[in-house]
Amino acid sequence: MDFNGSDTIPGPRAEDHLPHTTTAAAKIVIVGGFGVGKTTMVGSVSEIKPLTTEETMTQAGIGVDDNYGSDTKTATTVAMDFGRIRITDQVVLYLFGTPGQERFWFLWNGLFEGALGAVVLVDTRRLEVSFEAMGRLEERGVPFVVAVNTFPDGPRYPLDDLRGALDLPPEIPIVECDVRRRASSRDVLMTLTRFLHDLALAGNLT
Amino acid sequence: MTPPQRRRRDPDPEPSQQPPKEGEGKNPERLYIITGPDGERAPLDLVTLIVARAEPPSSATPEQSAVLRMCRAPLAVAEVSAYLSLPFSVVTVLLTEMLAAELVQARAPIVRQHLPDRSLLEAVMHGLQRL
Repeated sequence: MDFNGSDTIPGPRAEDHLPHTTTAAAKIVIVGGFGVGKTTMVGSVSEIKPLTTEETMTQAGIGVDDNYGSDTKTATTVAMDFGRIRITDQVVLYLFGTPGQERFWFLWNGLFEGALGAVVLVDTRRLEVSFEAMGRLEERGVPFVVAVNTFPDGPRYPLDDLRGALDLPPEIPIVECDVRRRASSRDVLMTLTRFLHDLALAGNLT
Repeated sequence: MTPPQRRRRDPDPEPSQQPPKEGEGKNPERLYIITGPDGERAPLDLVTLIVARAEPPSSATPEQSAVLRMCRAPLAVAEVSAYLSLPFSVVTVLLTEMLAAELVQARAPIVRQHLPDRSLLEAVMHGLQRL
């Protein structure tokens, strides 16, 4: 790559610079099956134009050195969209719209381990595409809330029915949203943050 | 109409560091096998903030110069990856070298604690309300 010969220096626009006082960043992950609206949600709440980080991987599960002369392995690029919200002059929050195929999550070390929490997006037309993502969060102990992205042509179930279908414990919030709308996406993040705060309060009592 | 039914899972008592085992050992792998100086990689998170410590020295590579220019204000590793159009794993190698050379400084991310930080969560709520 040649960064010298280019007129445009890569980097954020001047108005997107974080203040020098920013000491730390936190992250929230948005998960769910393919096409449930993760990228749309990142774009609607982010204060910067959403960015994409990529990772390249091979499809076969054996080391590169084991594969001399073999053409059976293909390189695939997996992309992850993310956005950003400034919280204070010290803290910035990043939102990652994770790949829809959960088997790619490992490509980014620490994507889930350090996350404050997760939003599981579900689409009532294809509820089951988000099951695997929810299961993986449960296995990893990542706290999450469920947001039902309401598509106009999607079936409407009462939230109690959805809670039953998703086998959600009563304490986990489930809310409806329209991820195209900033206020709606923001409210989902508020629901998650309040839930995490409640968990913190409950944890302090025990 | 009845929605499809899921069954909740229990936390994995021994979280595996390995990629999930699916199929017949045909798990994907990162294309780039990463080793930095001494084979060690700095523990860089997607949201570790990188800040330039100096103007690009004349010895800097084009990639290093680009990082130093874009990190005059704090920037997350994920953003560096996005702006350079380089895979995250490649960027962590680049930044590990630059940290060792003291060209950049890293500010560690806030990670989820066993007991979450309530004052942080309150700040996040206030920040979101302003949106």
